Amino acid sequence: MSRNEPFGYYPGCSGQGTSAEYDSSTRAVCAELGIVLQDLDDWSCCGSTPAHTVDHCLSTALSARNLVQAGKQGLLDVTTPCPSCLKNLRVALRNMSDEHIGPRAAKLLGGETLKEGHTIKSVMEVIHDQVSAEEIAAKSMRPLTGLKVAPYYGCLMSRPQELMQLGDPENPMVMEELLTAAGAEVLPFPLKVECCGASMGIPLNEAVTRLSGKIVDLAASLGADVIAVACPLCQMNLDLRQGQINRANKTHFKMPVMYYTQLLGLAFALPHNELGLDKLVVDPQPVLNKLADQRRGAAKVEQTEGAA
Amino acid sequence: MKTIDLASSNRSFIQQVEEESGQDVSRCYQCGNCTAGCPMNFAYDLPVNRIMRLIQLGQKDTVLASKSLAYCATCETCTARCPNDIDVATVMDVCRHMARREGKLAVWPVRAFVGSFLKTVETFGRSYEAGTMGMFMAATGRLISDVDLAPAMLSRRKLPFMPHSIKARDEVSAIFKRFREGVHEQK
Repeated sequence: MSRNEPFGYYPGCSGQGTSAEYDSSTRAVCAELGIVLQDLDDWSCCGSTPAHTVDHCLSTALSARNLVQAGKQGLLDVTTPCPSCLKNLRVALRNMSDEHIGPRAAKLLGGETLKEGHTIKSVMEVIHDQVSAEEIAAKSMRPLTGLKVAPYYGCLMSRPQELMQLGDPENPMVMEELLTAAGAEVLPFPLKVECCGASMGIPLNEAVTRLSGKIVDLAASLGADVIAVACPLCQMNLDLRQGQINRANKTHFKMPVMYYTQLLGLAFALPHNELGLDKLVVDPQPVLNKLADQRRGAAKVEQTEGAA
Repeated sequence: MKTIDLASSNRSFIQQVEEESGQDVSRCYQCGNCTAGCPMNFAYDLPVNRIMRLIQLGQKDTVLASKSLAYCATCETCTARCPNDIDVATVMDVCRHMARREGKLAVWPVRAFVGSFLKTVETFGRSYEAGTMGMFMAATGRLISDVDLAPAMLSRRKLPFMPHSIKARDEVSAIFKRFREGVHEQK
């Protein structure tokens, strides 16, 4: 589809609270790139992990209600920044046409049916599909030169492969391509699709202090300036719970954890308030300082060369 | 050592797991790849490969009482790494559904979290973090659970005091109501 046609935008519940900065930076970056997002009317929760651990029909019906909404607005192509929403919406789309579960889930939906031809993509895929690396580089007024980024996808973006289709499920490269185009030095990150502990952090805190602890630890030992993420729950576990991680593991990390959209937004020189940098718990100022230092260094080189 | 009486094999359990998951559990040859990659194994009472073996042997009661079903984070690493293309995560998911239906799912805090989360969705149409945490803390008596996170969340306005209700709350609550009434199971 053409970039000017709107995508049905499903923000996801956390975008209204704990990941407000993901929502605002997604909107800002898409606007800058000419990707039109039209919010789904009166969207509801996809059910997230809790619903599918209770029952697949329940989960399918909760998610499919949003596709019904999209259809009513004439929006067939739906996009969401959140990997959990993405996966639930995709599973729901598949299940609604499944001969066993489809009719049962439709009964929970009260007889509503889906329109033909829906597609559901992550915002990351939409940007990757619609915007070339050259265009991202050209938009990067303040490229992320010299910034060492550990790319972290979490569990849901790439698994299961046949549903998520993000390339190699053990080694997706989409985030790397976007951030490299914006000038960053993206590190090979062996734990990029490992689990952060997900929502187990609430009933079993050790799940997060162990699993997210390993991720922060590896990023730090590889010399990363920042961990780039695409999932609100991963971000919360790595950033908000970094204090818990440090206390449990007797470490002292202060590793900034930023959404890849915030990093793209910095490269595009978008206003910091739209990127929600003040929402981050671990202070991202070292990242900003490094980028400013690099720019000053580059400007000096240019001046000297100009004089010579 | 715990022994299993093979005469106690519950064949209808094997069949039910296979039907609900769409997987052929007999394909598992116990390579252990699922367990090797399982991030939650540290909390499990039975590693996921042993759950697979117990299903093959029809050990319904042991499987449904396992804490592993509750602690599974549904990361799907097991599915991604199975050399026989078994969707192990879906097998875990349907065993968890069965355990829940039969009132056997272990680990109360996990059940309490799931219940609190879904209650907010049923009530407001969207999940509501502060409400989920409040209900979870009240249900489990873990009154200091994660309160250390509150100052950082509040100062960054990340924990709204009010839920974001949708207009068509009744549509969402009707889905839950029909689910409880078993409308989806009726012929």
